[in-house]
This record gives sequence, C-alpha cells and structure tokens, in this order.
Amino acid sequence: MTTLFTILFDGVAYGMLLFVLACGLAVTLGLMNFVNLAHGAFAMAGGYICAVLVNNQGWPFFSALPLAFVVSALIGVALERTLYRHLYTRSHLDQVLFTIGLTFMSVAAVDYIMGSSRIFIKLPAALEGQFDLFGVGIGRYRLMIIVICGLLTVALQLILSKTRFGSRLRAAVDDPRAAGGLGINVPKVFAFTFAFGCGLAGLGGALSAEILGLDPYFPLKFMIYFLIVVTVGGSSSITGPFLASLLLGIGDVAGKYYVPKMGPFVIYTIMIVILIWRPNGLFGRAAAR
Amino acid sequence: MFIRSHMLPAAGAVAAMLALSPAHGQETVKIGLILPMTGGQASTGKQIDNAVKLYMQQNGDTVAGKKIEVILKDDAAVPDNTKRLAQELIVNDKVNFIAGFGVTPAALAAAPLATQAKVPEIVMAAGTSIITERSPYIVRTSFTLAQSSTIIGDWAAKNGIKKVATLTSDYAPGNDALNFFKQNFTAGGGEIVEEVKVPLQNPDFAPFLQRMKDSKPDAVFVFVPAGQGGNFMKQYAERGLDKAGIKVIGPGDVMDDDLLNGMGDAALGTVTAHLYSAAHPSAANREFVAAYKKAFGQRPGFMAVGGYDGIRLIYEALKKTGGKTDGDALIAAMKGMKWESPRGPIMIDPETRDIVQNIYIRKVEKVDGELYNVEFATFEAVKDSGKTKK
Repeated sequence: MTTLFTILFDGVAYGMLLFVLACGLAVTLGLMNFVNLAHGAFAMAGGYICAVLVNNQGWPFFSALPLAFVVSALIGVALERTLYRHLYTRSHLDQVLFTIGLTFMSVAAVDYIMGSSRIFIKLPAALEGQFDLFGVGIGRYRLMIIVICGLLTVALQLILSKTRFGSRLRAAVDDPRAAGGLGINVPKVFAFTFAFGCGLAGLGGALSAEILGLDPYFPLKFMIYFLIVVTVGGSSSITGPFLASLLLGIGDVAGKYYVPKMGPFVIYTIMIVILIWRPNGLFGRAAAR
Repeated sequence: MFIRSHMLPAAGAVAAMLALSPAHGQETVKIGLILPMTGGQASTGKQIDNAVKLYMQQNGDTVAGKKIEVILKDDAAVPDNTKRLAQELIVNDKVNFIAGFGVTPAALAAAPLATQAKVPEIVMAAGTSIITERSPYIVRTSFTLAQSSTIIGDWAAKNGIKKVATLTSDYAPGNDALNFFKQNFTAGGGEIVEEVKVPLQNPDFAPFLQRMKDSKPDAVFVFVPAGQGGNFMKQYAERGLDKAGIKVIGPGDVMDDDLLNGMGDAALGTVTAHLYSAAHPSAANREFVAAYKKAFGQRPGFMAVGGYDGIRLIYEALKKTGGKTDGDALIAAMKGMKWESPRGPIMIDPETRDIVQNIYIRKVEKVDGELYNVEFATFEAVKDSGKTKK
C-alpha cells in the first residue's frame, strides 16, 4: 500500500515536471497557434544556465533557478523579435521546418560550447535523499518540484483568467485584427507571452537536469514528450495540458513499476487511447478556428 | 605530427578498391583514425584522439625510418559514415592502418574493407566479443564486455552477495553484460531476484529503482550507457537504496573515470570490475596520468588507454617488420605481442587477436578530494570468454 503512494508521488512529480516543461508549448501552440518545435531548446538553455551558475560560479541553487527563467525568457524575446514573428502568418509546415532547424542548431551549438557529455547541477544537501511520511517514501527534490510547479500552475491559471493581461491575450488570440482595433498592442502581447513560455521551459529544464539528465540532445529527446502533453491535453487552456501531464506522469511511472516489460509503451498507449476517444485532446475545442 | 581532416573526393572508390594492394616502400606510414568526434559518443573519440597525440608527442613521429601520419576522420558513431570514411582512407589516402572505432557497429562496418584491402584494423574502443571474428585483420586493444561482466559475476558470488537484482539498458552491450554476468553469478550459486531492462532513452529511473528496492536484493547489477550512470547513482541514493544496504556492482564502464567526479558522493562504495582505473598503482600509469593531465587538463579514462595502447601496438609492429607495411606481416608481428600498459600487463592473443589483460575489482573511494576507482583485487590475464566458450 505504501509503495502505491510512493509510486503515485513519483508520478505526480514527474507529471508536474512535464507540465512546466511543456506548458510554454501549449501557450505558443494553443493560444498563439504557432508550432514551435524548438521549445526544448529553451528548456535546455535554462538547464545549462543553471548548471554553469551553480557549478562554475558557485551560485546557490535557489538563486540560479529564477535566473534560468529570466535568461531563457530573454533569449526567447530576442529570437521572437528577430526570427519568429516573421513566421506567424506562414503555414504550419514552414513553422515546423524553421523551428526544427533551430533545434538542430541549438544542439550543435551547445555540443560545441559545453561538450557532449551529460552534466549535473550540484544540489544543496537539503534537497537530497528521501524521508518517510507514514511509511511513504517522499523524495525531497521531487517534493520541491511538486511545490514549485503547483504554485506556478495556480499563478498561470489566475493570470490567464483574472488579469487584464490575460483577457488581452485571449482577445489577441481570438481575433488579432479586432483586438488591434481596440488598442491592444498585439505583437507586444505575443512577444511577452512567447518569452514567458520560454522562461517556463528554462525553469523546467533547470529543474529536470537532476531527474531527466541534461545533455545537448535534450531538445530532441524530449520533444516527443512535450508534443504528447499538448496533443493529449488539448491546446486551448492550461488545465488540459496540466491534467494530461499528471496522467502521463503517473501512467508512465506506474506502468514501469508494475509491468516493467511494457514500461516504455504505457505512455504511448495512453496517448493513442485518449486520441481515439477525443481526437482534439481532453479539453480541445472542436476545431473552432 | 600532422593531421589532415579535409574530405577527399570519393569518386571511383568502389572500382579502385578491388584493384588495390597496400603500397610498398613509401616513406610515410599513414594511419586512418576513425572516431566519433561529434554526437553522443564524442567523449570516446576525444579521449582516443588525445591519447594518440600524447603517445606521438612522447615517442616521436618516426618509426623504423618511416614517418607516421595520422588522418583523423569523424564518423559520429554512424556505421554508414564509418564504412564510407574507411573506404576513402584506404582507396584515396592509401592508409596502412585503419584505427579507432567508437562503437561495435562502426567496427563491424569497416571489417570487410580491412579483409579485402589487407589493411590492419586496430579497434581501440568497441567492446562486443564478435568483432575480432569478422576479419583476420582486426586486432583489439580495448576490452570486451564479457571480460568485465564475467569477472564481477564470479567476484559477487564469492563475496557474500547471494541475491542480485539487475538493471540493464535494453541494447546489445547491455544484454551482453547481463547475460555474461548472469551466467557466472548463477554458476557460482547466486540468485537473480529481479531482472529489469530499461529503455535506452530512459528519462527517469525512479519506478525501476523502486522495484529494485522492493525486491530487497544484496546488490544491484547495473549497466547503462555512459552518461546515464550519473543519473542512476543520484536517484539510487535519493531513493535510499544505499541506506537499505543494497550495493551497486557492475562492469566498470558505468564508473568511467571521465564521469566519476560528476556523480557526487552517491557513487562512493560502488564495486565494479574493469580493465583500467586512473588510480592504478603503477609507475607506468602515474607517468601516463600525469602527462595526460598536463596536456589536456583532465583525467584519462579507459577509452584513452585503449587508444594509447592501440597506437603503441602500431609502432611496435612497424619496428618488428622493419617498417614494412604489408598487412599480413603486420598482423603476424602483432600476434602474441606483450607489453606493460598503463592499465597493467597486456598481450594480444595470438589465436583471436583480441586483448588479454588483468581485470581489477575496484571500489569508488575519495582520494585527495576526488572520486577514484581504487583497485583491491586482481584477476590476472583474463581472455575474452565470449569467444573461448564458443
């Protein structure tokens, strides 16, 4: 029984991590209708920034995390202003070709600068190990992930639904021309949203180094997971990808524990079943646009 | 030394190939070094390239009156590239040796070319048993997985480890390691209580490790590709398997000197069997490690030693043939050759052309603030059992 809870806990932590990594993609894909396959590259950037700060500059882990967010967001805004915005109106195929090219360039660049071997971020001792809570093994690092990601999710949901910026963003997405006519600076809103999504990915990358491993091939290895989260969750809200991440995280961990031989296939089986049942994802709008 | 790395045109390579026999009496001896210098295996390539450079710095670039020229090519560990590059090197550059080969498929891809052109193929890294059987011109200076996996199986059975859970990556080397370990460990009276194969691209070890923990073994036998070892060790400690008294054992690839320090203290106490440790207590090794550190600013790993011994083998073979580069004569010269390597005494088995070497049982300990594999038991002159049992 306690094992069940440990599995559940690990699954939730893994799912939360997937969510932070992928929700930026849900925003660009769902809200801005832009296919950004280079999303993982921003996550990798965040991871490497955090690693360099902590390992080489001696920063404390918790101050390096926000910086991973900020720098990834800045890289995001720079690329958005110079490259991405030219492709908003292009076909999805152009967007895919462009962003996959960007992904390969990022892989090669990081490989050249940082070397190809896997790197680790030195963690404070307080985050290492497991403690027992009523016999359930709770990993400290995973608990921290759940706390950080949980707070982020709540904050995101509030920003999108309750704030002025949230309504501007939704307006800009639904009808850019009308929104522009009402005095909303649509390109600015998009640039900001894009940067925020990149920042989240950067934070996710920094958090995931410990659990998923960080090397130059990160954007390619995990692209498939991000896409699964967004397709299964549907890309019209934050709730969809959030529930999809949790479902996939728990499904993956439990599948690997209880049926290790089938382990790697569980996540894909869940995806196929859900997409047959609901082709637009759990919370997809039925092809409104 | 002089390295050329530009690409030569490959036109007519296939046709010319058949008519080719190695050129005699030339003043330079060319070595085509094919390594993964980019991609996931790049650290292997870098170590071997470094070691070859180091050896040539130390011993000069002239042997038996011939000048040695190394031509470095990057195959990114893709066998198709290896084959094409080997062909270009043999046909256009007229190399006298091909060497390197980071992974098994790469070494196998070049084998038919070595046979056809009668050019010795020196395998400096790849570790599957079958490689040397694929061409009479292949000689290996690295290791085979069977060597380390059988030895750790024997050792575990004799040293109070009764129940073992295995965690291996689901690909050829992982399965090799698992099978050789299982065979020797169960023959010695041990029991496998849990056997898990994890996907090669495995993001998170958590569920598998939980399974290991629940099966309550004395030790976990682990083989995962270089790089994932660090993740494994961290999560192993995070999950408290170390506190539950479960040891980690395995072939030494997982505890490569290259990666060991990045793993942190979680790796302390891990027992592995392998051919080389940077902490090997011999004068030859201390000298090698010091020179390598001075030249490249890091510790050599077992891949570097494979490269260092590989280039040495080429030098010694040329000395023995008096600079003659006839493939058959070179292979004959290499067979049975013995020398003191940084890893200890080694020999080229005259029958299989594979390496015979000591396998050491090592434990990860902290020495001067750094993690090292400290050797505490030696199995002498271990042959590749992957072949001898056939």
